[in-house]
Amino acid sequence: MISTAHTAAEALPAGEPDGGNGEASLDLGSVTRAQIEDFLYQEARLLDDWDLDTWLTLWAEDATRYVVPCNDDPDGDPARDLVLIDDDQLRMRLRVERLNSRKAHREYPHSRTNHQVSNVVMGTAEGSGSDAELPVTAAFTVWRFRNGKTSCYVGRYHYRFIAVGGELRIRSKRSVLDMTELRPAGDLAIIL
Amino acid sequence: MTIVSNRPDATVTATRFPLVDDDAAHHRFRVHRDTMTSPGIFREEVERIFGHSWLYVGHESEVAAPGDYVRRPVGGRPVFMVRGAKSGNVHVFHNTCTHRGAVVCRHKSGNAKVFQCFYHAWTFDSDGQLTGVPDRDAYGTKLDFSQLGLRPVARMENYRGFVFASFDENATDLATYLAGAREYLDLVIDSGDGEMEIVKGTNEYCIGANWKLLAENSIDGYHAISTHDTYFKYLIALGTSLKGGVQGTARDLGNGHAVLEYAAPWGRPIAKWEPLFGEHARQEVAALRAGLVGKYGPERASRMADVNRNLLIYPNLVVNDIMAITVRTFMPSAPDQMDVTAWEMAPRDELPALRQRRLDSFLTFLGPAGFATPDDLEALESCQQGFRSGGVEWNDISRGMDRVPQANDEAQMRAFWRQWQRQMGDAAYQEVR
Repeated sequence: MISTAHTAAEALPAGEPDGGNGEASLDLGSVTRAQIEDFLYQEARLLDDWDLDTWLTLWAEDATRYVVPCNDDPDGDPARDLVLIDDDQLRMRLRVERLNSRKAHREYPHSRTNHQVSNVVMGTAEGSGSDAELPVTAAFTVWRFRNGKTSCYVGRYHYRFIAVGGELRIRSKRSVLDMTELRPAGDLAIIL
Repeated sequence: MTIVSNRPDATVTATRFPLVDDDAAHHRFRVHRDTMTSPGIFREEVERIFGHSWLYVGHESEVAAPGDYVRRPVGGRPVFMVRGAKSGNVHVFHNTCTHRGAVVCRHKSGNAKVFQCFYHAWTFDSDGQLTGVPDRDAYGTKLDFSQLGLRPVARMENYRGFVFASFDENATDLATYLAGAREYLDLVIDSGDGEMEIVKGTNEYCIGANWKLLAENSIDGYHAISTHDTYFKYLIALGTSLKGGVQGTARDLGNGHAVLEYAAPWGRPIAKWEPLFGEHARQEVAALRAGLVGKYGPERASRMADVNRNLLIYPNLVVNDIMAITVRTFMPSAPDQMDVTAWEMAPRDELPALRQRRLDSFLTFLGPAGFATPDDLEALESCQQGFRSGGVEWNDISRGMDRVPQANDEAQMRAFWRQWQRQMGDAAYQEVR
């Protein structure tokens, strides 16, 4: 399933060499904003290129969550409230399969999109060892053009990163929309 | 204005023809595409349909406590629904200060003791009474301030928690208006023991298409397999067996209301277990079902638990009780543009595991970021684009005219259109060009 056209690892910040044995480790506490920005730009590029199979490789392998709350409930909890998107690993994979098919009619042909990321703010790494997570927030503006129509999604990303084999991986991503309603954009068939 | 008969009439048909062409003799039902594109028709609809029908405002669970309010447009007009602190009653007020017009309810929802217009600080309590006018002495003694309370909508009625408004003082009572749709609302409400609530979080999206296309689409069984292939693939990937398919029927419920009633492969939180729910939920679903059987008997319980309902309450309320319950309303802002607002309804105090399944089902099928609804949007917008192409004047809605209507026929849409034609009266005709 996973495209080999280009893999996430090629473009992502490599960890510090670990004793020259080829193994790499990454201390989340010393990850720089530039490294995070490189990662986010790469993610944006993969989404804009509709290389969603590679985009999936940016994610951790377990306990992942991609959530977009409703516009009127930015703090919405998917366990209790209605949200727009609440994808675990399986649903995210099925979402990608759907968008890759020719039968996701809203996205066939695909929109042209431009994911713009800015205002990156580093949190403080939490936990230690393999449980460590690094929270990061960033502003996003996602432009979507299709069939003569222009839509724009504006909001804030809330990421939690983990380190896997010397590389950053997304454990969870919450895209909180600033628009008071989804109406100006119509629907949300794309990935923010 | 005289209403022109739909029957052949030499003097009339020479100059005008009906936009809804109901030709039972030839099993042909057609709707002229001007109904979807004409600015004149749209203006008439706003007046004749949305100015006179009963329109859904909200559910009383949204304003559970005294002073709770929600603000939203109804029929294109900004109103707000509030539970009066003194009376305990639910009111629907026009959202405008009786002094000089500014809106008095400026938050989308919340709880308030009073609604104060910020412009000149006139203040109203949650039952609508004018309680504060700065420098009241300046008005002398003869002005009757009791007449200057917030103005309620012309008519408001609450059917078992569903709050409706009409801007027509002479509208028939709500229960009569709902006609056969009452029975189906009852099935939904009774299945939750009468204690339904709106889940927090609102889907507010828009579609670049005529509003009547969504009325049709919300009760269209014919499109499911072709349009929603990716959703069914998703269900299969989760382990749902699609064996048996969809079997059911369509009913005209009177006054333009209609329903699809059908058995489908997916599970229902009330109360049809499927493996996807997990073994741990099996007993809970069985207990819910046994409760329904005890209370309503096996036949009605099975109808509640096993059967899906896509219910259209004319003109613009959809209550689809399928793998989750959506309460959806839509309002045109132009002939080719509508705003859609959808809520999720669920039984209060639902078991967390079942609530989770319900939430998942809603957002993956019914939500504007799910695996199905975006494709409905695309279909509707695609129709609207097709209309612009011209060349074809009529939409064909004849499917199933020659048989007992099945769930993938179009009898339910014909029920909607016939009422539309009746209500539009003289405006449902087009000059021969």
